Amino acid sequence: MIDQIVQGVLLGGYYALVACGLSFMYGVMRIINLAHGSLAILAAFLVWYITEQLAVSPFIALLIVVPIMAALGWILQRTVLDRSLRSGPLTPLLSTFGIAIIIDNGLFERFGADTRSLAPNIGDLSYKSWTLPGGVTVGQLGLLTLGVAVVLIVGLQLFLKYAPLGRAIRATAEDPDTAELMGINSRSVYAAAAAIALGTVAIAGAFLGMRATFDPYSGGAQLIFAFEAVVIGGTGSLWGTLLGAIALGVAQNLGAQVNPKGFLIAGHLLFFCVLAVRVFAAGGFSLNWLKALWRSQPA
Amino acid sequence: MLTATGATKRFGNFIAVDRVDFAVSRNEAVGIVGPNGAGKTTLLNLLAGTYPLSAGSVSLDGLDVSRTDAAARCRMGIGRSHQVPRPFVDMTVFENVFVAASSGGSCTRAEGYKASIASLDLCGMLSNANRTAATLGLLDRKRLELARALATNPKVLLLDEIGAGLTDAEASELVTIILQLRATGITIVWIEHILHVLLQVIDRLVCMDSGVVIAQGKPEEALAHPAVIEAYLGSGVA
Repeated sequence: MIDQIVQGVLLGGYYALVACGLSFMYGVMRIINLAHGSLAILAAFLVWYITEQLAVSPFIALLIVVPIMAALGWILQRTVLDRSLRSGPLTPLLSTFGIAIIIDNGLFERFGADTRSLAPNIGDLSYKSWTLPGGVTVGQLGLLTLGVAVVLIVGLQLFLKYAPLGRAIRATAEDPDTAELMGINSRSVYAAAAAIALGTVAIAGAFLGMRATFDPYSGGAQLIFAFEAVVIGGTGSLWGTLLGAIALGVAQNLGAQVNPKGFLIAGHLLFFCVLAVRVFAAGGFSLNWLKALWRSQPA
Repeated sequence: MLTATGATKRFGNFIAVDRVDFAVSRNEAVGIVGPNGAGKTTLLNLLAGTYPLSAGSVSLDGLDVSRTDAAARCRMGIGRSHQVPRPFVDMTVFENVFVAASSGGSCTRAEGYKASIASLDLCGMLSNANRTAATLGLLDRKRLELARALATNPKVLLLDEIGAGLTDAEASELVTIILQLRATGITIVWIEHILHVLLQVIDRLVCMDSGVVIAQGKPEEALAHPAVIEAYLGSGVA
């Protein structure tokens, strides 16, 4: 039981890493980026490609991929997302969905359907672990992932709180029109925020590649787990995302304990329960529509 | 220094501001009055760059800024406050002002701190600096709105009904602050319905109705203009 919880927390660390970019983007721009998972896979492929071509460690490759993904974020925001944002909340959903399809199929076209992994490139880090008293084993990669996730989220929080750009991002997130009147160029701030979000996606993609296998169509699953972590933790809060991700990981591991198929079910169940509670708490889930229906019945 | 020439704003078929010529010179304080829907706030938005012009031009210190966006105009020295204060409610009062100083005022960190504290002090908000803006009452929100506009280091300050919703005592506190701002050499353009508050500050009054300027000049002369009386009280009264 304790072992399962510990493994769940470590898994949650990975989910937090994937989810923080999604949470950040939603928090700042109110964009639910449906291409988030696919972008993580794109980053994983880039890291894998550079690792293979230059025969370097994936961590070195990451130094190249983070700026590439950040630049891609900037460009995406300027060319696609900015325009979609102006035409209501539905358009960004559609356009990011389109981007996801383009990325998935582009990767398939270029790299084929083979399953890849970065695990062979990181030596024994992929399987080495420490055994704690009581027989609980802690994987080194898992712990590193959790550590990176925590550092990243703490770092982002500090950045938002204290850095000039962080403040400008918070101001723009609250009220872009007023921010303009304070001399903040909202479009540039949004583009910077998208660049930061995709920088974190690059890191998430690399860790995905190290801990598991991936193929061009793995993006969807990553998106779902990231989305669930964000919703469980409360949208737009990075601390919440960290907690939500850990809750999701623990729920999945405990579910797997009950039944081998319980892994996914438990995760989705937790997501569903949190969602239902949220809707109830917000008062959105009332039976007024039933009453209205009743009254509208012809006598 | 801030001039609008033939400024026009159409929303579909509705012309909110119709070929308005407006100018304010350095260190002048101009009041704008007019019935609801006269186009006062729209004119202010055209000056600040919140809306693009449908026709005409706006210039600041002889430089055409018609195509310049609001953020850049703010950095060039046009400050703006809203009728309904719009603070960044999740941030502290200080952060609200500091973000304005560092973006709009193009301040470094140290300068930004100084400018923020100075403008908070001037607006009597220093003791509230570490409160979250969401917890402020209306008067304090208006003060914050002023302090924030001030922190962007404006040459000209556009105020939109800053006295609306306040008691007379509260409004006169704001008048004191605005008079102090004038003394520091800031040019003021002020929309206000509460005339006796406005008249304590301004040199010149512009009266608008249905998107056009119907009278302007010394406050008492402008107010006595038949067109103004008609706009406010209907025809046949004067």
